[in-house]
Amino acid sequence: MQLLGIIISLLGGGVLALMMGHKSPVASRWLSLASLLVASIFYTSLWLDSTNSLSTSLWIIHTDWPWIERFGVHLLLATDGLSLVLIGLTLVLGYVALLSAWHEINHRCGLFYLNFLFTLAGVVGVFSALDLFLFFVFWEVMLVPMFLIIAIWGHEERRFAATKFFIYTQASSLLMLVAMVGLVLLNQQQTGLWSFSWFTLTQTDTSGSMGMWLMLGFYVAFLVKLPGLPVHNWLPDAHTQAPTPGSILLAGILLKTGAYGLLRFVWPLFPDAALAFAPIAMGLGVLSVLYAAKLAFAQNDLKRLIAYTSISHMGFVSLGIFAWNQLSLQGTLMQMVGHGLSSAGLFAIAGLLQQRLHTRALDQMGGLWALMPKLATLSMVFAVAALGLPGLANFIGEFMILLGVFQIEPWAASLAALAMILAPVYALVIMQKGFFGMAVGDKTKALDLNARELLMLGLLVVGLVFLGFWPNLIFTVTAAPVDSLIHLGKGG
Amino acid sequence: MGVCSFLLIGFWYQDPANGYAARKAFIVTRVGDTAFAIGLFLLYRELGTLDLPSIMVLAPEKFVMGANQPTLIATLLLAGAVGKSAQLPLHIWLPDAMAGPTPVSALIHAATMVTAGVYLIARTHGVFLQAPDVLLAVAFIGLFTLLISGFTALNQTDIKRVLAYSTMSQIGYMFFALGVGAWSESIFHLMTHALFKALLFMTAGSIILALHHEQDIRLMGGLRRQLPVPFWCFVIGSACLVALPPTSGFFSKEAILNASWQLPRYGPWFWAGGVLGAFITAIYSFRLFFLVFFGAEKAQPHEPKGWQFHPPLIILATLSLIAGWFVLPAGDVLPSSPAGHPPMWTIVVAIGLPLLGIGIAYQVYVRHKWQALRLAHWQRLRQFWLQGWGFDGLYRRLFLTPFTSLAQVNRNDIIDGLPTLLIQLSRFLHRFFSQLQNGQLRVYIATLASAAIIILALAISTVGK
Repeated sequence: MQLLGIIISLLGGGVLALMMGHKSPVASRWLSLASLLVASIFYTSLWLDSTNSLSTSLWIIHTDWPWIERFGVHLLLATDGLSLVLIGLTLVLGYVALLSAWHEINHRCGLFYLNFLFTLAGVVGVFSALDLFLFFVFWEVMLVPMFLIIAIWGHEERRFAATKFFIYTQASSLLMLVAMVGLVLLNQQQTGLWSFSWFTLTQTDTSGSMGMWLMLGFYVAFLVKLPGLPVHNWLPDAHTQAPTPGSILLAGILLKTGAYGLLRFVWPLFPDAALAFAPIAMGLGVLSVLYAAKLAFAQNDLKRLIAYTSISHMGFVSLGIFAWNQLSLQGTLMQMVGHGLSSAGLFAIAGLLQQRLHTRALDQMGGLWALMPKLATLSMVFAVAALGLPGLANFIGEFMILLGVFQIEPWAASLAALAMILAPVYALVIMQKGFFGMAVGDKTKALDLNARELLMLGLLVVGLVFLGFWPNLIFTVTAAPVDSLIHLGKGG
Repeated sequence: MGVCSFLLIGFWYQDPANGYAARKAFIVTRVGDTAFAIGLFLLYRELGTLDLPSIMVLAPEKFVMGANQPTLIATLLLAGAVGKSAQLPLHIWLPDAMAGPTPVSALIHAATMVTAGVYLIARTHGVFLQAPDVLLAVAFIGLFTLLISGFTALNQTDIKRVLAYSTMSQIGYMFFALGVGAWSESIFHLMTHALFKALLFMTAGSIILALHHEQDIRLMGGLRRQLPVPFWCFVIGSACLVALPPTSGFFSKEAILNASWQLPRYGPWFWAGGVLGAFITAIYSFRLFFLVFFGAEKAQPHEPKGWQFHPPLIILATLSLIAGWFVLPAGDVLPSSPAGHPPMWTIVVAIGLPLLGIGIAYQVYVRHKWQALRLAHWQRLRQFWLQGWGFDGLYRRLFLTPFTSLAQVNRNDIIDGLPTLLIQLSRFLHRFFSQLQNGQLRVYIATLASAAIIILALAISTVGK
């Protein structure tokens, strides 16, 4: 039941924030914080319950209410270790994004916090909906508020970026909807029952070319979200033009919904098709990793650079998922969490720099270390996290993914390992152009971090370091769900 | 290690050149590290563990000597070692790393971090013993690095760069030793080298400070009277470097050369290369020594203030002298070196040649005779050697320029072209069709009439059939 509490508190908070926003923007901020806190209380209770009962049962089913009985659509919300970890990440990033929005969003605050909290609610729903129809509903719920966030509070090219983001996601979601309906029809033909429930549909026999087409429908939708080559184009524009809290949410958590979709839906529902398609998918993953890394290096706009690094890291995720063994999947999870934290940090820093310097262009920055030592040090931390320094979460993720993929496809792993060379190239170029060297232009107005910003970035660093040294925090929770997924994905 | 090295090299970050050197160090070592990582993946796949003691036990059991897997794994591990230890072909970062503060250079880029590669090979000797071809490669790499950097050191005018190339060269000796089977001697040399190289670097640092950050040895001279403590430290350090008896370096070099003579393949050739290396080492180290401390005084040093400067030098000097007399308690961790003795004349040559080298350096740089030998007269060769045998240029042409130009050319991502095309197409269609909505009654009537005629025509033609 706690899940329902999380979602309702986020939705309710959003509505209240909108109403309060007219009278006082300050109130809407505090209200959003309060609603996040309430959601966190529910989450903590859920975590405690899960870690107690995880030895006995994999799933905690929160709600299973009939909705559209005629077609077997239920309001089915359930969590296992995997969703638990990702919902936790969502809430943490919710706090971080909220802290970054505190003073950055100054007009139409109420509406902003409505969209913000609705996006979070949508994401939580995506991670816990086990009824395909409900999943699709939350998938769309996640999209519209984010579109508005980019379109209203974004930067110069926000309309274009928001529209591009919307069209890409909608087009691919349409494919997913068609595939979804196809799958349900297939199941109906085989069993005579109408059901959208994941538990039932994983029992469907989806071998054969029909299964392949259906799988591709889902795959394309998740690939766009991930994002993977060649449908990654929406990301650089969307991330660059979004306001900082929008970028944090986008990079930190929305991208993970694509990965989650691949884990939860593509392999378990279509094991044969996914296995057959795996070499192509892994190849695309490797291409994402390398191509995006090369592009990242060439960018002058700091946020665009970071956006490309996101594509590169998520390429690792795509690679790890399609290797489908214990090592690579655990690595994928760690990479998802680690990338969520580190890329949120990088975008937060980019936002802070833009607020102070009114530019995102790297060639107009330089010599900032002397002026803003705290900011510079934290940037260094996030930069080395991005390049996979051991001791931080991203390394564990990358290494395990490569180790796991190597068992299946050594060449893919070796090529992707080249990212270990390319990543320092782009990460250190950020440090070199932005923070080292001589100062360019008038920098007297640049101020170092204040307490709120330090808190925001500090949360992320603590997370990265903790997981870098004690990845078992996550692995113990996700080991059993991963095993069960592997079993399903192998056609069990 | 890599990140700290990066931050320390780029410590004086205001100068972009330092940042560039730092990034070069990080990225070049990363290339080695990536190969190392792939080697680890392969090792895990073959042996099922990354636990060192288990690997040492499993490797002889599961690997056939000379087979593909151990050879591939050993090659990849070697690549990692080569990167971290600045050996050919991943050596280009070390001379530039001298941009960092001298204590940094002394500690990590001379004594400790760069020897990590040697340690790696020694630690995983179980795998390397199963791949004798790779061990031969180790010896070759060591030998070539030894010689190439030795020749380069002959030319350098920056005191720290001479020492940097010297470090590269000495680590080449350690690789050489590993390759020829002198495992314990290699580690022994590692330890003694750490001491005397740190001594030399710290001494160089104190000279640099005393001369107000002057690093060009052509602008130094005759400092032995004014800076006595650095002078004696340098004497001790250089003696150790050239491996004069009775310093500790002497014993380890003897053992290494003996082992090389006994190598089943190309033994005497390796021995000759090692001896040549010792010869060059003597020449460049005493060239440095004589140019800095003898001759006319060209600069006015002032004694650095503060008591902290001399004690470390004295401690290091003492340790360099006496450390050799302590036998390493390594037990039988490492495989034993070849026993047996090469012919007597080899030992005589091995001792004599370095002395000859010192003599040559003395003649050329102190007595200013035999000037024809001075490389200043051989400009093109000198340039080539000065720039480290052109490796930087080669890598720039092979890797850097293609990568950066490819990145720049595609910075707007051609894959984005397809959606952009779609956008342009839809805009075009929009403009085209919106011309029909122009509010002019004539156009509407004309369209209506034409459409009606066409539809009637079609209807009549199908009815007729």
